[in-house]
Amino acid sequence: MGPGRHRLATLSRVTRVVVDVMPKPEILDPQGKAVLGALGRLGFDAITAVRQGKRFELELNTEPTPEVMAAIDRAAATLLANPVIEDYAVRVES
Amino acid sequence: MRVGVVTFPGSLDDGDAARAVRLAGGEPVCLWHADADLHGVDAVILPGGFSYGDYLRCGAIARFAPVMQPIIDAATDGLPVLGICNGFQVLCESHLLPGALIRNDQRKFVCRDQRLRVENATTAWTSAYEPGEETLIPVKNGEGGYVADNRTLDELEGEDRVVVRYLDDNPNGSYRDIAGIANARGNVVGLMPHPEHAVDTLTGPSIDGLRFFASVLTRTVAA
Repeated sequence: MGPGRHRLATLSRVTRVVVDVMPKPEILDPQGKAVLGALGRLGFDAITAVRQGKRFELELNTEPTPEVMAAIDRAAATLLANPVIEDYAVRVES
Repeated sequence: MRVGVVTFPGSLDDGDAARAVRLAGGEPVCLWHADADLHGVDAVILPGGFSYGDYLRCGAIARFAPVMQPIIDAATDGLPVLGICNGFQVLCESHLLPGALIRNDQRKFVCRDQRLRVENATTAWTSAYEPGEETLIPVKNGEGGYVADNRTLDELEGEDRVVVRYLDDNPNGSYRDIAGIANARGNVVGLMPHPEHAVDTLTGPSIDGLRFFASVLTRTVAA
């Protein structure tokens, strides 16, 4: 069995959940601003705004039942994101 | 009068905070992040530094250290708690104080002596100042921009909970020049500038910071 096939077999058993975290629109995003400035200097003139967030990839040892997803939502609100300054979205990756 | 100073992995200013407590006439007590016991202290300081490498968000992981639950419980019951710089970030992440601290708007780490005005001289940590007194205290942070929604900011101003404000240039883009705030009861205070670095003219620009530590001593003696 080649390494590629082995990896595929492993992947098929794992449930992945992605949590995207973004700064709220009304909160300044100095990092996004810095990236936008650099893009402009590189000549990417079509890009007019950048906001920088975070993406968490979670692997589960279980199916994404409603109870499991509710727990992940709690984890996102408690630790992964700070709801005072950030919005988050949770989704199962197929 | 025993004042606990917490050390998290990555704390830097715990030694200076303990020294400031000693110079003010108190007895500093070392508290360890992994020990969920306050050892009977009369007040707690969360010092500056980079707890847990500032991973995830500044203060976000420290907020769940074992020592934090008894601190949160005791603070809710009135124990004086001071968060300096990273400690302020931990207090916001713990929701003991509202709002959050984000990357400086000018995107540079700032380290300089900063003029401040003491706006509220009635908290557990500022009662030894005159209201409106101007002080010179070092500020040093990369993520010190204080942000909150307008309703929260109006509430803080309306309830006189802005404790210190930046004068001259705002070093980090903090909304309404806010350098430090208190909870409603005035026992929990967080600020970005470092009063523990302004307690001795040999090492600091003034001794203006010393009265943060003297304030809490008088309060506890009186209580």
